[in-house]
Amino acid sequence: MAVKVKIPVPLQRLTKGKDEVEGDPGTVISLINTLDSKYPGLGERISEAGKLRRFVNVYVNEEDVRFLKNEETVVKDGDEVSIVPAIAGGIITAISI
Amino acid sequence: MGYVKGLKCRECGREYAVDPVYVCEFCFGPLEVVYDYDGIKKVLTREKILSRPQNLWRYIELLPIDGEPASGLNSGFTPLVKANKLAKIIGVKELYIKDDTVTHPTLSFKDRVVAVALSKAREFGFDTVACASTGNLAHSVSAHGAADGFKRFIFIPATLERSKIVASLVYEPNLIAVDGNYDDVNRLCSEVANKYRWAFVNINIRPFYAEGSKTQGYEILEQLGWKAPDAVVVPSASGSLLTKIWKSFKEMKQIGLIDELRTKVFSAQATGCAPIVTAIKSGVDVIKPVKPDTIAKSLAIGNPADGYYATNVVRESGGFGEDVPDQEIIDAIKLLARTEGIFAETAGGVTLASAIKLIKGGYIKEDDLTVLCITGNGLKTKEAIMGHTGEPHYIQPNMKSFEEALKKINEK
Repeated sequence: MAVKVKIPVPLQRLTKGKDEVEGDPGTVISLINTLDSKYPGLGERISEAGKLRRFVNVYVNEEDVRFLKNEETVVKDGDEVSIVPAIAGGIITAISI
Repeated sequence: MGYVKGLKCRECGREYAVDPVYVCEFCFGPLEVVYDYDGIKKVLTREKILSRPQNLWRYIELLPIDGEPASGLNSGFTPLVKANKLAKIIGVKELYIKDDTVTHPTLSFKDRVVAVALSKAREFGFDTVACASTGNLAHSVSAHGAADGFKRFIFIPATLERSKIVASLVYEPNLIAVDGNYDDVNRLCSEVANKYRWAFVNINIRPFYAEGSKTQGYEILEQLGWKAPDAVVVPSASGSLLTKIWKSFKEMKQIGLIDELRTKVFSAQATGCAPIVTAIKSGVDVIKPVKPDTIAKSLAIGNPADGYYATNVVRESGGFGEDVPDQEIIDAIKLLARTEGIFAETAGGVTLASAIKLIKGGYIKEDDLTVLCITGNGLKTKEAIMGHTGEPHYIQPNMKSFEEALKKINEK
């Protein structure tokens, strides 16, 4: 068993069309770095200088990592990680009601 | 005729052509309109602005359209009211109310952003406009879209109060009442916007739409006699209005229409939904989303898209933020009404109540020329103050009954 990582549509070109890939347990940032060696270019879209990009939300088992330990959040085998662009994911529509 | 150079990602700086796009395809950051300020500086003068009709299009060079405006020809240029009585009570020498409770045609500042959004939608060739909203924005898109001849799709949560539904329905849009909460409506709209070629004003037209907020700032400067205030208090939902008012002040300085800019920008939120103010107070720029619980529903955005940028503006300008509980919001609505004769919606109560706290806390000084941005009309949120006002004096239709009532009134 590995860590399941859900890839959003705009990044699936980098994962050869796959909407879900597998990664290794560890911190979120190390997970992203190892995925980048498998799928070159993926890392820089999600993080910059070891930090998650501001408009990319990462969820571990549906919990926003901002409420956990951000990029240092530890994921283990069987966990599910979702990568969701903040704006395309709906927050932008909430700019004004 | 237009002075827009293009769109630019606010995060990574990648540039894009002028299209109905809103998110950077590389880093997912929001896109912002970039102008040719040198070109604008050459053609836009105070005299030229003063010679134009009193609506928001008198600053057209600083707005993101190429041709003639197609929408909101009577929107904007609302009064800047010198509030002497209120100033005395809250403890500042010079106080102004930017009174967007009377914005044409739907009585909130949303008429500014929608005027720009629909003009741009026309330029892009859209025949259908749409939005997800629970109130002011729905009314404004419904009304402007009717006048401008667009097909309209307005998405709301089905549980919305009947009075708000009627205030949209009267303009006969296609009102889509979704069985779900506001987040569900949002999610659905993102999917609809991907499939149908419609102008969703606050999704794919957003970089242009948001620029309309700047007109409130330009007007404040012009109405103060081409001078920037010392302090401006802005209600914050997404944080967009606050960042755009600051942008408008900086632009006017850059093109030389004001000489000095030393304005401190203050954010006002309800305690029941204060993610931006919480970040300001704790000195961080990470916005922690909250679940809104406040009567100020037009500000109830728990995960504000521009929160990060709003906290930066506040910090850069030397301002601060304050949040206020529901009772103080109600008290402030009543105070504004009885001192200045202006009936604001709940967001206005948030702004005034926060300003009072900021003055007491010493963040706004007695000598600071202060402007409060009041963004919507109280007739839209009457239910918020029901049970908090006085009662009529009930009498019989005769003089005796009237004289008795008068006696009681005079004894008070």
